[in-house]
Amino acid sequence: MDLTYIPLYAVLVSLAAVPFILLSSKKPNLREFWTILAGVIKFLLVLTLLPSALQGNVIELELLEIAPNLPLVFKADTFGVFFALIASGLWIFTSFYSIGYMRGHHEKKQTRYFASFAICLSSTIGIAFSGNLLTFIIFYEMLTLATYPLVIHSETKKGIAAGRKYLTYTLTAGLLLIAAAGITYALTGTLEFTPGGIFGDVDLSQSMAVVIFLLFLGGVGVKAGIMPLHSWLPSAMAAPTPVSALLHAVAVVKSGVFGVIRVVGFIFGPDVMAEFGLNEILMVLAGITIIVASLLAFAQDNLKRRLAYSTVGHLSYIVLGAALLTETGLIGSMMHISFHATMKITLFFCAGAIMVNLHKKDISTMNGIAKVMPWTMAAFTIGSMGLAGIPPVNGFVSKWYLASGALEGGMIIPVVILVISGLLNVGYFFPIIHRAYFKKGGPELEGHTEASPFMVVPLMGTAVLSILFGLNPDLFFNFFDMATAVAASIFNPI
Amino acid sequence: MIGSEIPALIPVTYILFAILIPVIGLWKREITWHLGVLGTGIATLFSAWGFMHLIQTGETIRYFFGGWVPPIGIEFVYDGLAAFIVLVINAIAFLVLIHSKEISKVEFPGKKMAYYAVSMLLMLGFNGMVLTGDLFNLYVFLEISSLSSYALIAIGEKRAPYSAFRYLIIGTVGGSLYLLGVGFLYTVTGTLNIIDMHDMLPMVIGHSSVIAALILMIVGVGVKAALFPLHGWLPDSYTFASSTSSALIAPIGTKVAAYILFRVVLFLFGVELIDDQLPVTTIIGIFAGIGILYGSIMAIAQSELKKMLAYSSVSQIGYIIMGISLANPFGFIGAVLHILNHAMMKALLFLVSGSMRLKEGHSLITKFDNSYRKKYPWTMAAFTTAAISMVGLPPLAGFFSKWYLALGTIENSNWILLAVILISSLLNAVYFFRILEKVYLNNPDAESSEETEVVERDEVGFSMMFPMAVMAIGLLLVGIFNAYIVNVIFTMFPAGF
Repeated sequence: MDLTYIPLYAVLVSLAAVPFILLSSKKPNLREFWTILAGVIKFLLVLTLLPSALQGNVIELELLEIAPNLPLVFKADTFGVFFALIASGLWIFTSFYSIGYMRGHHEKKQTRYFASFAICLSSTIGIAFSGNLLTFIIFYEMLTLATYPLVIHSETKKGIAAGRKYLTYTLTAGLLLIAAAGITYALTGTLEFTPGGIFGDVDLSQSMAVVIFLLFLGGVGVKAGIMPLHSWLPSAMAAPTPVSALLHAVAVVKSGVFGVIRVVGFIFGPDVMAEFGLNEILMVLAGITIIVASLLAFAQDNLKRRLAYSTVGHLSYIVLGAALLTETGLIGSMMHISFHATMKITLFFCAGAIMVNLHKKDISTMNGIAKVMPWTMAAFTIGSMGLAGIPPVNGFVSKWYLASGALEGGMIIPVVILVISGLLNVGYFFPIIHRAYFKKGGPELEGHTEASPFMVVPLMGTAVLSILFGLNPDLFFNFFDMATAVAASIFNPI
Repeated sequence: MIGSEIPALIPVTYILFAILIPVIGLWKREITWHLGVLGTGIATLFSAWGFMHLIQTGETIRYFFGGWVPPIGIEFVYDGLAAFIVLVINAIAFLVLIHSKEISKVEFPGKKMAYYAVSMLLMLGFNGMVLTGDLFNLYVFLEISSLSSYALIAIGEKRAPYSAFRYLIIGTVGGSLYLLGVGFLYTVTGTLNIIDMHDMLPMVIGHSSVIAALILMIVGVGVKAALFPLHGWLPDSYTFASSTSSALIAPIGTKVAAYILFRVVLFLFGVELIDDQLPVTTIIGIFAGIGILYGSIMAIAQSELKKMLAYSSVSQIGYIIMGISLANPFGFIGAVLHILNHAMMKALLFLVSGSMRLKEGHSLITKFDNSYRKKYPWTMAAFTTAAISMVGLPPLAGFFSKWYLALGTIENSNWILLAVILISSLLNAVYFFRILEKVYLNNPDAESSEETEVVERDEVGFSMMFPMAVMAIGLLLVGIFNAYIVNVIFTMFPAGF
């Protein structure tokens, strides 16, 4: 089968759905049908790329020269397929969930919501399949713009302020990335993502290397939530919960960490990173972020904000894994991209279900809710166990590889950070579970039952996936094999 | 062979129509709009034809007027750069004049005939400036265009004649300085022909009057290009002029002046000679950089759309001049591409502001609200496209000119100007998203956030929508296919690259 055009179609399919979504704004069921249809087709398209990705094949499609020597190019390598699979797969869950949430919450402007969502997914898959930095930047900026209407969806003062903050951070980041790309292009004459990096033959000075790296880090670090660039993310929780679930736990922030790994493994390469001590910069920042974000999570009473800080911390797990510069560490890092996604999306789904069903946003008011919403809270428990790294949930697997990766590199401090952070995760999730199960609920809970199946089925689905991936990381999609192949390609470039 | 007559045919078209419009206009005033559109349309066709011809043959056309060979006679030099700029300005003028149909009926009902006749003269001046190969002849065309633009700006609000008068004073000083510079060069080299003079300059470059001439010319042209700090005339003139005059002059006028800087700095003197005595390019670069930031910051401070766009023009012209000051291939590509991009973006934005003035009777940003989204969905979509392009987000055209300019600054290791480009993009985002927020979102401060009043769609007519749509789509196409244009720009490089 000729797979050459599949990456392009996978990007375009949700973009093609946008006009249909806009045209059927008066018929909600038809409108949502388009979203689901696009989601399923997109996922299937990405899935057809899986066998070739597992064999290590790279499908490359050069569309046109967008600037001399710089083509607009799609490249479905193993890493790209890996990220595209998780993003497009979870979009289907989110689409169903969105229907339940948006209708249950009587949100306005749902057409704009679903249309923007579709554009976001196109951009995310575009990011996954970008063959060079310029293509990456184009989709990266597109993602920024498409997410903006979702962040300000409520159109309240708070929402608009969050939107401004979001744009300030992400547009600045985009510019830094453009500057970094410009300098890289001037030095290397290429912007193509190459396993093992493109700086290998360039005579770099120490200060120049650090400056370029910091520009890159400013560019991708904002979406990756690396402190001190993270503060847009908790504010962006003003968005509807499905947005927080898919974009602020999967698509947008994972595009950031995806970018970090692209920069570390495919632009600089492990050798250059180590030569100039760039990985140490990254490691220190990630370590601080993990600990500080976990501590800040304690201080949040609003459930979504607590989850947001937890996300900031867990994103830096991935960054830390990339900074270790060991194969095992990178495998752990990539595994955490997909596994954190299934767990955190579950938790956000739960938070949204509680909000729609019981109108509760603050943890302090969530006494006894497990009696009313048993399924939701069961899923919530699974998700939080996983994030704390307790087996058999998949978070354990990725954390295990991260820790082994650190030991493989002879580093103890990262392991200590992971252990402390695990304890902190238990610390901030356990009180919620305790409240829900063991404290007596107030009278306001009477007459309420479990949330609508549109919400409960997706959240149970992602919770079950989290356990299944924990039992067998290679189940269905061979995430582990793919991560191994990518790590091998970076550390042993041909 | 008609291809080689193109350089003469374009100005002749404008002269013909400048005479035709008053003559026929006296008899039938209604058809002056048609004639204006026809005139610019024919000129656009000629320039498109000439441009294609030039790309195919790759030969510069040197047209000697009256058959007199330079340096005795006057010649028009139709090279790649001139052909490109001529095409851009004529096409923009064509679209702007189409858009002026409705506005002219409202903003200056009794002066239609004068408006279209003078705008033909304006275009004659601009085209002449671009095409001529003779420095003194250039001054003549400069004055033709300047005098016409004073007249066009004076057609407008009550305060317009005042700002036009101010522009007249400043502009005349600028023109005179340029002429003085040309005089100095003439006394030293004995020629006025650019190509001829370029060959002679190496012999006299150490002469103090050459340096004085260079400074005088840059300052003189700088006034016309609104290079910071010589921009004082621009904001008021653009704001108080009628919407269609500012849409005509703003995207084209300063570009043509910037083009003269191209010719003087990169072609007449050339990269080898320009910095021989004084660090001219560095100094221009500094002023361009300050101008970019100054214009952007002032634009944020404005509450009137047209005035905001005027300050934004000061900033954007800085980009083009920065590209010249970099004096390297990437800077050149960025600057030339930005002439095209900014002409489209700024024309589109001024057309939107004109449409708003026509429909709402004002273009005060503070009064914008989210009913516009319902009333003028397509106009607002076009505005959004231009705004995003101005901010410089890919894949719209604005990104790519900034990309090449950024590469140019990197090649010169000029980190300060790189930072200026990045910061100014953010400032652009501030002043455009502020408007987009107002247009697309509910006002959270309003009494009721509910949209109680039902707003009917009240989109502008075809004559206004068509030019805006062409430019908005153009921005996307130029962005995606910019490599083709850049490959053409490669052929326009001055000697020494």
